Amino acid sequence: MIPTPQSDSARLITPTMLVLWLVLATVPFWIARVGLYPYLGIEILIWSLYALAFNLVLGTAGLPSFGHGAYFGIGAYAFGLCQFNVVANLWVCLAAAFAVAGLAGALVALFISHRRGIYYAFMTIAFGQIFWTVAIKSHKVTGGEDGLLKIARLPADFGFASFDLAGNVAFYYFVLMVFGIAVIALWRLVHSPYGRVIAAIKQSETRAAHLGYNVWLYKASIFALSAAVSGFAGGLFAMAQLAAFPDVMSLHQSGYVVMMTLVGGGLVSFWGPVIGVFLFLIARDVIGAMTNAWMLYFGLLFIAVVLFRPEGVAGAIMAAWQNRSLNSMRQQGGTALRLLFGGGRWR
Amino acid sequence: MALIEVSGVHVRFGDRVVLESIDLTVPEGEFHGLMGPNGAGKTTFFNVLTGRVKPSRGSIRFDGEDVTGLSSHRIAAKGVARSFQIMTLFDEFSARENVMVGLPGFRARGFDMHHAAAGDRGFAEKASEILVTVGLADKGDTRAKDLSYGDRRALEIAVALGQGPRVLCLDEPTSGLGSDGVQRLATLVGRLKGKLTIVAIEHDMEFLFSLADCISVIHWGQVVARGAPHELQQNEWVKRSNLGRFA
Ligand SMILES: Nc1ncnc2c1ncn2[C@@H]1O[C@H](COP(=O)(O)OP(=O)(O)O)[C@@H](O)[C@H]1O
Ligand SMILES: [Mg+2]
Repeated sequence: MIPTPQSDSARLITPTMLVLWLVLATVPFWIARVGLYPYLGIEILIWSLYALAFNLVLGTAGLPSFGHGAYFGIGAYAFGLCQFNVVANLWVCLAAAFAVAGLAGALVALFISHRRGIYYAFMTIAFGQIFWTVAIKSHKVTGGEDGLLKIARLPADFGFASFDLAGNVAFYYFVLMVFGIAVIALWRLVHSPYGRVIAAIKQSETRAAHLGYNVWLYKASIFALSAAVSGFAGGLFAMAQLAAFPDVMSLHQSGYVVMMTLVGGGLVSFWGPVIGVFLFLIARDVIGAMTNAWMLYFGLLFIAVVLFRPEGVAGAIMAAWQNRSLNSMRQQGGTALRLLFGGGRWR
Repeated sequence: MALIEVSGVHVRFGDRVVLESIDLTVPEGEFHGLMGPNGAGKTTFFNVLTGRVKPSRGSIRFDGEDVTGLSSHRIAAKGVARSFQIMTLFDEFSARENVMVGLPGFRARGFDMHHAAAGDRGFAEKASEILVTVGLADKGDTRAKDLSYGDRRALEIAVALGQGPRVLCLDEPTSGLGSDGVQRLATLVGRLKGKLTIVAIEHDMEFLFSLADCISVIHWGQVVARGAPHELQQNEWVKRSNLGRFA
C-alpha cells in the first residue's frame, strides 16, 4: 500500500502514540499497587528510548551492532562529567550526553561503514569492548569499576518554571515528556526521505549506490545518530541511577538491547523495541523474584524468536490487530534477519 | 563529441586479466549493443562504466568529462543509470517506491529527516507515470518481491528510467524470460531507442540485431568485432560463432 498523507507514516502523532502516552501517564498511580515500584517505570522508559535508538541501526538500517552499550554508557559518563566539570545545567548536560556519544559513534562509523553483515557485527563488538575497557581503566575520570558517583538529578528549568526532579514520580514524568518528544522525532525520522533511503540501502547497497546515493555516508550518519540518541538515553540513565557505571557498556549488556529489540519485533515494527523492553524488564522483576534463572527463560525466548518467530511479539500483535497475515510478517522478519547477517550483496 | 568515450580500459582481478584494452565510443542517442559469450567480461565492463570497479588502466569520459575512478554514486548522479543481470531491486518496497527512491528529486532530499516521504504526492505521481511506461500501471502497490519474474525485469528498467538518465546501461534485460517476455521487453526498449543513449548487453540476437545501431562483440576481455548489425554478419568471428544467424 502506498501511504497516503493521511496515513500514520505521515502523521506527527499517531493514535498508537497517544494511547501509549496516556497509559504511561497513569503508571505512577497504580504501579505500586500491582507489586512493582515507580523506579521500574523510569527504567522502562529510558531503556525504551535506548532500544528505539538502537533499532535505527538494527531494524531500519539492517546493520548488526553488538556494542551499542558503549554509547549508552558514554552518554551516562558525559552527563556526569559535564555536571561536575562544565556546568550543572540539565539541558547542557543532556546535550553533552547526546553530542559526546554521537561523536564516539561517528568515530567508530568511520571504520565500519564500508561493511555490513557479520564483519560489521564483529567490529562493533571490538569497538564496544575498547570503550568499555577505557571506562574501566581510566579510574581518575570515570571512577573505574566503582563508577562515577553522586550524579545529581538536576532541576528542569523551563524559564517560566523550574521543576525539581529528585523524586521518582517527578523524574518519571520528566522522562515521559522527553520520551514522547523523542518518539515523535524518531517516528518522523524513519518515515522521512532519509529513513526510506536508509531502508533502501538495507535491501540493496548496490542499487542504492547506482541510484546516486552515497551509501557510506548514509550508513555512517545513521550509526552516529543512533549512538547520539543512545547516549542521550544514557544521560537520563545516569540521572536515574544517580551514577554512571561501566557495566552498561559491557558486551553482555550490549547483548540485552539486541535481545529486547529482536524479541519485541524491532525487525518488523517501529514499536518492537519498546515491547521488548517492557517484556524484558518486567520478566526480570517478576520472574526474577521467583527464580534466579530468569535470564535462562528470556534467553530461550530469544532463541525461539531468532529461529522460528523473527517477527517477534510486535509482528504477532500487528497480525492480530491490523488483519495482516502472520505469514507475511514472518517472512518480513526472516528477510530482515537474513539481510542482517547475509553479508553484502555484490554484483 | 561522443557522450561516452572509453579508451584502453584494463581490468584485472588478482592476476586474472578480465578486460584488456577496451575502447568504446558511443555518440549521444545511439543504441549500442554488447554481445559475447558468458564470462567474456561484459558485466565487468558495465561495472567499470558505472564506477563499481576501478580500471587498472585506461580512461572513461562522460560528456567530455573524465570520470575514471569516480565512485558509482557520483557517476549515477551524472546521469548514468543501469539495470542488473542479477536482479537488484528493493524487494520489500512496493514497485512504486522502488522507482520513487530513484527519482533525482527524491535523492536531492535524501537527508531530509523530518518531512514525510509519503507526504509529497509529486514523487508518487512521477513514479506511477514511469510504471505506466513499462507496463506496470496496476502493479504500483505490489511489493517488488511479489511481482512475477517478467514484471521484475520491467521494474529493473523502470527504476533506471526513474533516474532520468542520459545513458541507460542494460545488462541482459531479457535474461531468463520466455519468448513472450522477450517480446515485451523488446517493445519496451524499442520505444526508448533514440530518446536516450543506450548500451545493452544481450544474448538474444534477434533483440539486439533489430534494435542496435552498432554492436561490439567482446570475447576474452577484448573487442573482437564491431559494426552495424548488417556489417557484423559479414564478420569472420561472428560467422564462425554462428551468432549472426538471426539478423
Ligand atoms: N569481482 C570479481 N572478482 C573476481 N573475478 C571476477 C569479478 N567479477 C567478475 N569476475 C570474473 O571476470 C570474468 C568476466 O565476468 P563478467 O564480466 O561477469 O562476464 P560476462 O558478463 O561477460 O558474462 C568472469 O570470469 C568472472 O568470474
Ligand atoms: Mg554478465
